[in-house]
Amino acid sequence: MADAVRLLTSTPAPPAKAVSATSTPAAHGSVITLMVENMNCGNCIRKVETALTDVPDVVSARANLSARRVSVVVKPHAKITSEPLIETLRVAGYPARELPPEGTGTEPGDRDSGLVKRLAVAGFASANIMLLSVAVWAGQGEMDASLQTLMHWLSAAIAVPAVAYAGVPFFSSAFAALKNGRVNMDVPISLGVLLATGMSIYQTTVHSEQVYFDAAVSLLFFLLIGRVLDQRMRREATSAAENLLGLVSPATTIVKPDGTSERIATREVRPGMALLIAAGERVPVDARLSRGIALMDESLITGETHPRKVTEGDGLYAGTINLSGPIEAVATACEENTLLAEITRLMHTAEQARGRYVRLADRAARLYAPAVHILGLGTFLAWMYVGHGWEKALTAAIAVLIITCPCALALAVPAVQVAAIGRLFKRGIIVKAPDGLERLSEVDTIILDKTGTLTLGEPRLESGSTVEPAALVTAAGLAANSRHPYSRAIVRASAARGVTALPIAGVEEIAGSGLRAMVGGVEIKLGSAAFCGVGEADEGRPALWLRSGRDAPVAFRFDDPLREDASATIAKLARSYKIELLSGDRKPIVAAAAAASGIADWQAELRPDAKAARIEDLKTAGRHVLMVGDGLNDAPALAAGHASIAPSTATDISQTASDVIFQGAKLGPLVEILAVAKASHKAAIANFAIAIGYNIIFVPLAMMGVVTPLIAAIAMSVSSITVTANAIWLGHKPLKDMNP
Amino acid sequence: MTALAWLIPIALALGGVGLAGFLWSLRSGQFDDLEGAAWRALDDEPLK
Repeated sequence: MADAVRLLTSTPAPPAKAVSATSTPAAHGSVITLMVENMNCGNCIRKVETALTDVPDVVSARANLSARRVSVVVKPHAKITSEPLIETLRVAGYPARELPPEGTGTEPGDRDSGLVKRLAVAGFASANIMLLSVAVWAGQGEMDASLQTLMHWLSAAIAVPAVAYAGVPFFSSAFAALKNGRVNMDVPISLGVLLATGMSIYQTTVHSEQVYFDAAVSLLFFLLIGRVLDQRMRREATSAAENLLGLVSPATTIVKPDGTSERIATREVRPGMALLIAAGERVPVDARLSRGIALMDESLITGETHPRKVTEGDGLYAGTINLSGPIEAVATACEENTLLAEITRLMHTAEQARGRYVRLADRAARLYAPAVHILGLGTFLAWMYVGHGWEKALTAAIAVLIITCPCALALAVPAVQVAAIGRLFKRGIIVKAPDGLERLSEVDTIILDKTGTLTLGEPRLESGSTVEPAALVTAAGLAANSRHPYSRAIVRASAARGVTALPIAGVEEIAGSGLRAMVGGVEIKLGSAAFCGVGEADEGRPALWLRSGRDAPVAFRFDDPLREDASATIAKLARSYKIELLSGDRKPIVAAAAAASGIADWQAELRPDAKAARIEDLKTAGRHVLMVGDGLNDAPALAAGHASIAPSTATDISQTASDVIFQGAKLGPLVEILAVAKASHKAAIANFAIAIGYNIIFVPLAMMGVVTPLIAAIAMSVSSITVTANAIWLGHKPLKDMNP
Repeated sequence: MTALAWLIPIALALGGVGLAGFLWSLRSGQFDDLEGAAWRALDDEPLK
């Protein structure tokens, strides 16, 4: 495992200086890139930009609505960090997070503009050659030979440089494959284009009537459209991974020598600092456990899903997840490259990851490529054998090569994915798992968590004013170690009242029950009534109890409103899905929430393992379960579900375990996610059928020699355009025309 | 036929201008945020 750790931390190790600067120097200063939520319209752009420009030391701010990011240029040498910017945006109503510095290095447009340039050149060339070709066809018989030859030479003058420039991606890929003794789909494409161009040049020099420059160039044009679409999908996957990382670990809690705790940016952590790592949080840097025992999910590094028990003095690795209660650790090796390594890994996964359909298409292509060559060669030899001369034989062979370019086959699934992922991304929904949409389309049962999923999960401390400050200090000290929404509400309430929480060490979080710590030999508990040994008193509202030793328990009561569109969304989903509400919360509260949202099946007071067990039961009954949840206690259920969705407010564990993450205060995205998943499943199947049907019809025709290379190129593009149009329609189809 | 000697170069030159214009707009980042650009056109506030 040590090797694996070494690999993870050392592979992408740029000089520490470049990283700690966090912001890449630009022409007028340094740039900070933020990911902004809720930015959906023109007004938002202006509000975000105006708010940021008013912050001192900010030179300019430019929002990118498509990427939901804003680039802020700050004065050089100004000691400004992202915090005041994020705070400004939060006040303006746009929660923001800083993106890791890598994201700022390349502008979104940079990465695929090379292909777009080639596409533009191919488009220009094919349009102009087509113009000349049309003149030649129209004038056939009347046009004198010298003019026709002039037209052909002009076509050649445009086609040869265009093929040389626009064909590079295909030629280099084909060359690389051949050098390694393999054959990929770029080989027949390159062969078809080069043969058609070469043969046309020969035909031009001998003043023949048939040239195929138009076929060669328009083939490249249409294939490049496919490449650009494919690359855009990958870029979106990568940027989703980057944005996701922005959600995961922006800050770390450190314990200062005087005993107080502070949240600082993870990149400012230095070796030797004492860290406080809450339950469910990722370890920010490599560290050594300084007190207590912890359970760590190290699957990121070792691939082992079973948690590892870590005792005092053992090493913790950046990126692993703390499954037990809050722990204290001392940072050991915290070159910032640990986080960098994780980002690289995530981006890499996103780029390499492929859905099931895509894998299927790949496998088909592997069998397909040799078959294409054999067919082409067979056609050529057969025509030669029959004795029609090499020109006719080569023309038929080129037509076969062009027809079988699996443009439509290769586009069928990626085009649908681009459209679906892009459509969801615009609504603030990030599809994390590459095959997530495919699995979502099979779902027939939906299980919802209550807190944070059905409700906003931002409970307010209701009776805080009547709680004694001393109790609030203790409660906040315990709660600071937890990411449970009630704990956060207590911390927020104490901060709002100007009470400083004292950090308490050795706090243990029992998922679904509460927090426990020993202070001066007295056991302090903060948690459910049952956990704190309080009788069922006057319950109607959610509450936490604080009990110090045998003292009288203190109640903290909260209210947590339902998401505003919860009942409408449930009503829509209930038409086609079986819906259950599983909550760890108390019965009366869950019953009230279920009644308010219109869910008939509900269970309350479930422990995390009981939720997962319920899902396993449904699975054995043959159902495909979608789990929607956000809390630490939902993580096992999210992992157990056939598919899983988490809101962006979820804990790190839950975000890691889920396939899709949605932003915003509404539950409506669920409907859209499911509708788009189903529609994209249908579209992918339809596209496969179109692509395969097209080949079945045209390949025999091409082999028989009835299809000229130009007709082959046109037929091929029609099939690609059909497939692409089908996908684009999916991206713009009104939601009301789709069934979730 | 001499018309062709004029017309073909003119057609190619016009196409070339279009291509050059596209490549320029691509390089100057005008395609980076298509959604935002659509909204900015509606913004009444004067440019700062």
